[in-house]
Amino acid sequence: MRLMDVLAGQPRHPSRRRFVQGMAAGGLLAGISPVVRAAFDVGSAPTVATGGSAPVLSGTDIRLTIAETVANFTGTARVATTINGSIPAPTLRLREGDTVTLRVTNRLPVATSIHWHGIILPYQMDGVPGISFPGIAPGATFTYRFRLEQSGTYWYHSHSGHQEQTGMYGAIIVTPRDGESIRADRDYVVQLSDWTDEDPQRVFAKLKVQSDYYNFSKPTVDDFFRDVSADGMAAALDKRRMWNEMRMNPTDLADLSAATYTYLMNGTTPAGNWTGLFRPGERIRLRFINGAANSFYDVRIPDLKMTVVQSDGVNVEPVSVDEFRFGPGETYDVLVEPQGDAHTIFAQSMDRSGYARGTLAVRAGLEAPVPALDKVEWLTMGDMMGRMEHGAMAGMDHSTMNMQHDMPGMDHGAMAMPMQHDMKGMKHEAMAMDHSQHGMMQANPLAKPSQKVRHARTEFGPSTDMRVDMPRTTLDDPGIGLRDNGRRVLTMADLATVGGPLDKRGAEREIELHLTGNMERYTWSFDGLEFGQSTPVHFRHGERVRVILQNDTMMTHPMHMHGMWSELETADGGFQARRHTIPVQPAQRLSFLVNADAVGRWAWHCHLMFHMHAGMFREVVVA
Amino acid sequence: MNGIEDKTMQKNGIRVVAAIVAISGFSSAWAQSGPAMDHGGMNMQAAADATDAQDTQDRRDPHAYADGFTLDSGKYALPGPRQLSLADEHSFGSLLVDRLEHAQVTRGGPSGTAYDMQAWFGRDYDRLVIKAEGEHANGRLQEARTELLWGHAVASYWDTQLGVRQDSGLGPGRTWLAFGVQGMAPYWFEVDATAYVGSDGRTALRLGAEYEMSFTQRLILQPRGEFNFYGKRDVAHDIGSGLADGVLGLRLRYEISRQFAPYLGVERTAKFGQTADIARAVGEPTGETRWVAGLRFWF
Repeated sequence: MRLMDVLAGQPRHPSRRRFVQGMAAGGLLAGISPVVRAAFDVGSAPTVATGGSAPVLSGTDIRLTIAETVANFTGTARVATTINGSIPAPTLRLREGDTVTLRVTNRLPVATSIHWHGIILPYQMDGVPGISFPGIAPGATFTYRFRLEQSGTYWYHSHSGHQEQTGMYGAIIVTPRDGESIRADRDYVVQLSDWTDEDPQRVFAKLKVQSDYYNFSKPTVDDFFRDVSADGMAAALDKRRMWNEMRMNPTDLADLSAATYTYLMNGTTPAGNWTGLFRPGERIRLRFINGAANSFYDVRIPDLKMTVVQSDGVNVEPVSVDEFRFGPGETYDVLVEPQGDAHTIFAQSMDRSGYARGTLAVRAGLEAPVPALDKVEWLTMGDMMGRMEHGAMAGMDHSTMNMQHDMPGMDHGAMAMPMQHDMKGMKHEAMAMDHSQHGMMQANPLAKPSQKVRHARTEFGPSTDMRVDMPRTTLDDPGIGLRDNGRRVLTMADLATVGGPLDKRGAEREIELHLTGNMERYTWSFDGLEFGQSTPVHFRHGERVRVILQNDTMMTHPMHMHGMWSELETADGGFQARRHTIPVQPAQRLSFLVNADAVGRWAWHCHLMFHMHAGMFREVVVA
Repeated sequence: MNGIEDKTMQKNGIRVVAAIVAISGFSSAWAQSGPAMDHGGMNMQAAADATDAQDTQDRRDPHAYADGFTLDSGKYALPGPRQLSLADEHSFGSLLVDRLEHAQVTRGGPSGTAYDMQAWFGRDYDRLVIKAEGEHANGRLQEARTELLWGHAVASYWDTQLGVRQDSGLGPGRTWLAFGVQGMAPYWFEVDATAYVGSDGRTALRLGAEYEMSFTQRLILQPRGEFNFYGKRDVAHDIGSGLADGVLGLRLRYEISRQFAPYLGVERTAKFGQTADIARAVGEPTGETRWVAGLRFWF
């Protein structure tokens, strides 16, 4: 292997710090395009100053070549899979209304593919091997051709094996046909990703053996005694009781952590400090793309408000926030007007094990303070059980003695804060319920998404470790680790797509699927059935269908349906936002409407790559 | 060792056994926790199952949305056999050497080497399982148990295991049919309970449990217990009927990596009932305290 040649004679043992922070001059060592080499020459200078990272390709005829390239982000050389030799891949700057031709040549020893994430196109062009086409064989060139019917920030990545993890991702910017309505003086892509020196297949195999392999925030005896001295023995025991009975880990926030990952911003390590330059007084558009394989990021720019103007490529009513969370596949465009000379763009991983970082600066080499990582917060009962209504509890069967018995434990101790939060949501819920009672009078039973939880019969077995009977249905929870943190954090309830839904029709039909898994076995599925045991979900061509997703797991899953938009709605059936990737929080039940206007077969999956690979994947047939 | 100590040990042992039996009994109830389970739920999942039982008719058919389409047939399916398969259709495998240790009996007593490992190969819900445990001392294999099993997932945290066991070492070899459950009980007890049927009407039951207490993210204390019951006397192996022997141990390991951890520990072995009588009759100790030093690792 080429890698071995590179490594020969120089065994390296990078320090832990270097591993997490990465190398300042990290990047690709060989086989890179001149453009990228130039960028990295700048990167390896004592003061890091690059205005952008990936090269930009534009026009209507683009050639992309996929090959193995040696990369070094941590002090250890590794083989990456790259598109045109760079990480991230070139940014494709395209124009709405154009028909683009993208010729993709495979120079890998294995098959590959490219999926244009969020782009509406014919299914044969969607790039999912085994569903849209057979894939691109070694040595072969596949020609993608489609007309761009939309504008905004999107991205592209491999849909084969673990190639996305090893470097195959890049940004797509589609400029509006009628000119840009969002005014900014500068425009930067900020693509976040995650890198591991390990073989991703080996990482996956390890998780199959020990699913908490990379979790170094597990509860310890030490934590227990700290709680005992702070809150007393009873409270400390109560805090742990349900987790222990359920055999669930309250710090199961991410499958993979900085124990293997180096978090990257525009292909640059935290030590490398990707920098976007600006002149004082300018308004900057930052196109955030989560191109990570398996990492949720919480993004903020301390002391700077971000105005969110677009999500998943679709303009939203501007909303000013301090922070937002997004998962793999999602994008947010924000506007910022820097006041100081330098501002840190800080993106901590959801499990608080590490961060990606860059800087907005008036000149190269400036840095601003980098915040400390937030503390790891335990998941709450609400994350596991959904709504914590006493009424709902009482409504449960008497044989659930223990459930009621558990209630006192939940009222006490560390759960107090999240409880309050959930209580707020709960009142909201109760109001919604009232409305729904009035709604009963109306003729259309599909005006609102059904609240009745219906588990699939295949959810009762070894493939699942929990089921939620009283899901949360509100969209205003920022999620674990972001609640009541003193910052204004974006939630789904803040998003309002400009112009409303694509189609004024209401739902003509409703389908319900549950997101399921068993953390101990590291299995992930829909309705308790992994992909191999599943059958496709059929949408009738032309129908407007409501999809209800209920998350019966403790992790947030960014759900990406290919080929058609997912129009997120509230629990009342009101339109919220048009998305291509919808994060579903633990114990949450949400719904979206789909216009089944794109015939063909499409992939629908969790965009956490390791969940997708485990089987949280369905096929959709529109016919 | 004196009689009082012995009795205390025995009492404690019985208490532990009772606890393990309780746990494993509970677990097997667990293992069956299907729609029928309705024993006034000991916890949330059981409770949930109980309520679900009433709503069984409400359970969705997970294929109801397919309308006859399958992954490899129907409109727009790629020609030929299905091309896309994910990890749920691939096999994985692992070998865990839970204990590979040097054991030294106190006060300059005998020493030996012990191993305890488990390997598996297969998919998520069905796999081949190999378990091997044994002790080597005085230049020869003292006793060894090797099992070849089919592991089948039956509940969230439980697998049933069916197969054969071969005993070797001192005395004649024994072959058994094995049926057991292995999994995780509430409060994270790893439980392994197996019943055996051998030739000549021999039966046996082995109960084991392990627990892990994390002092830090890498320093982990592992209490461990194992008890063996036999249906009838086996003179060739100095075993009486009933509860025959048991061991309780504590091992403190440091995970240099998740996959490699040296440890130090101590364990107490004891023989009970008829088996203890046999030991006394031949002048052998009915219990020992051993210091152990070893490695835990897996691939």
